[in-house]
Amino acid sequence: MNRAWRQFKASYLLFSFKQDKTAIFSFVVLVALLITGLLAPLISPYNPYDPANIDIMNSELPPSWTEAGQTEFILGTDIQGRDLLSTMIYGLRLSILIGCGAVLLQGLLGVVVGLLAGYLGGKIDAVLMRIADIQLSFPYLMVAIFISAIFQIAFGIGRYEELAVPLLIVIIGLAEWPVYARTVRASVMGEKNKEYVEAARVIGLNRWHIMFRHVLPNTMTSVLVISTIQVANAIMSEAALSFLGLGMPVTKPSLGSLIRSGFEYIFSGSWWITLFPGVFLVLLVLVINLLGDWLRDVLNPKLYKG
Amino acid sequence: MFAFIVRRVTQAIFVMLVISLVGFAIKNEIGDPVRDMVGERVTPAEREALRDKLGLNDPFIAQYLRFAKNAVQGDLGLSFFHKKPALHVIAAKAPATIELVIGAALIIIFISLPIGIYTAIYPQSWISRFTMAFSTLGVSVPVFLTAIVLIYIFSVELSWLPSYGRGETVSLGGWDSGLVTVDGLKHLILPSFSLASIMLPLFIRLIRSEMMEVLETEYIKFAWAKGLTRKRIWFVHAFKNTLLPVITVFGVQIGIMFAFTILTETVFQWQGMGFMFLEAVERSDISLLVAYLMVVGAVFVVVNTVVDIIYGLVNPTIRIAGRK
Repeated sequence: MNRAWRQFKASYLLFSFKQDKTAIFSFVVLVALLITGLLAPLISPYNPYDPANIDIMNSELPPSWTEAGQTEFILGTDIQGRDLLSTMIYGLRLSILIGCGAVLLQGLLGVVVGLLAGYLGGKIDAVLMRIADIQLSFPYLMVAIFISAIFQIAFGIGRYEELAVPLLIVIIGLAEWPVYARTVRASVMGEKNKEYVEAARVIGLNRWHIMFRHVLPNTMTSVLVISTIQVANAIMSEAALSFLGLGMPVTKPSLGSLIRSGFEYIFSGSWWITLFPGVFLVLLVLVINLLGDWLRDVLNPKLYKG
Repeated sequence: MFAFIVRRVTQAIFVMLVISLVGFAIKNEIGDPVRDMVGERVTPAEREALRDKLGLNDPFIAQYLRFAKNAVQGDLGLSFFHKKPALHVIAAKAPATIELVIGAALIIIFISLPIGIYTAIYPQSWISRFTMAFSTLGVSVPVFLTAIVLIYIFSVELSWLPSYGRGETVSLGGWDSGLVTVDGLKHLILPSFSLASIMLPLFIRLIRSEMMEVLETEYIKFAWAKGLTRKRIWFVHAFKNTLLPVITVFGVQIGIMFAFTILTETVFQWQGMGFMFLEAVERSDISLLVAYLMVVGAVFVVVNTVVDIIYGLVNPTIRIAGRK
């Protein structure tokens, strides 16, 4: 443990992190957002899921610094009379949960497929990659919208809303796995002809052992680089689906569904229900993207800087 | 070259087959054509008789072949809600979506080209730095949020522009166009700007990096040495060679924009295909849903194939290698 820490302290990764103000800033904001999300029940002023805290008389109150605002609701309330700040914090938690869950799922699927296709080659490779190619020729958002539409009809709206969190993880996971499969396959193809793999083969290790214990760890850099961007993408997809009404229900809103419910009231001048969750969402996605860009530049200097 | 085209077209047909299989499976698993035709108030016996008559008790393969045959002839079934052939419903909504995409494409071309070129020529100027920072932010803002902010500023606060619908449309030989009336054009401004906003950062970056790369090449250095004017070097010699990759990416991205029309159309109540799709989901109109899947799938396959073939014509290396 101690040695690993010393190694990390001397690493190029940490060195370039300390040089880069944008990276430090993004990291701090991201950690703050993550902590806020994870500790939502402790941090948020009210529990938005508890009907005892909801009073319809408090609905659509503007933020506290405006004339009609009340000091108990700092950022105002939404249309159902929930404290907007608390609802946002719980929504942030859901967005993070779904984003990370979906990336874990697509990573798992994509890494296994990419590893098998890249290492075994031949017919397996051709079939798996053809499937990935077909799916990649459609934008992932389109695929996600289709899958969720079909799920919603197949499950019925009530059941869909109950199972929304796991279903969204599955939907976004299924929509985006080919990205991982492609990346992992490419780096496996590069690794599998190197001497250490040959050596492992010569001493008679079986191929599953070689694949998962020797080749896989060496493809992790590229997986890490795309993972950050993929988390941002997954959070965006979740928000888009929720905005279309194919995601989290209004009773358990994510940031996307909060924006959706706020949008209906924007014409009556209730801008805060849309604006604050929107700013939260953009901030979250922006810092992840910035960190992703930085990570890509550091770990993969050969990559084209666009 | 001929072999390359044949290979690409075979691939496209194969993909279309896969899409139709998926579409048919959805229809078969969760759709109920008997309900689509007669509604809920029919006895089970009558239902069963109708099922037999329609051939719904035939084996899966036989039904799929029938479905595929009809699809090739342009018959994608009846829409449950509209009581019309699904393809007609889609065709009636298509002009709205196509005009929206055209509007957004024009905005992208007229904004990203000059900005991209400028930032490539003067990478150190403050305008370039500002643009690059702004484009990072732009990628992180979801399209529906841009749309809502635009509505709030231009419709709610300033009331300059309308916020929903297509406005006045004129039928030009069956094509309901909003491009020929002032009202229709006004309605188009906000939706097409929102749709363009997701692609703008990407294109500005792409044009900038391609142009910067071209400006470093030998033949440009030679052109400077020859004493050509700056304008001639930038806009004639360098710009032409930036265009090729930009055009191919543009072809693919136009397809991707169709996906984002679903979001844009929802915000602006724009009566296009995306709006129709979400209505179909709410009404559980499976036939229409599957028809939409097939139509959009076909659009993508055709666009991808055409782009690949054009690219193959221009760049012989991928013809031989077969893939990019």
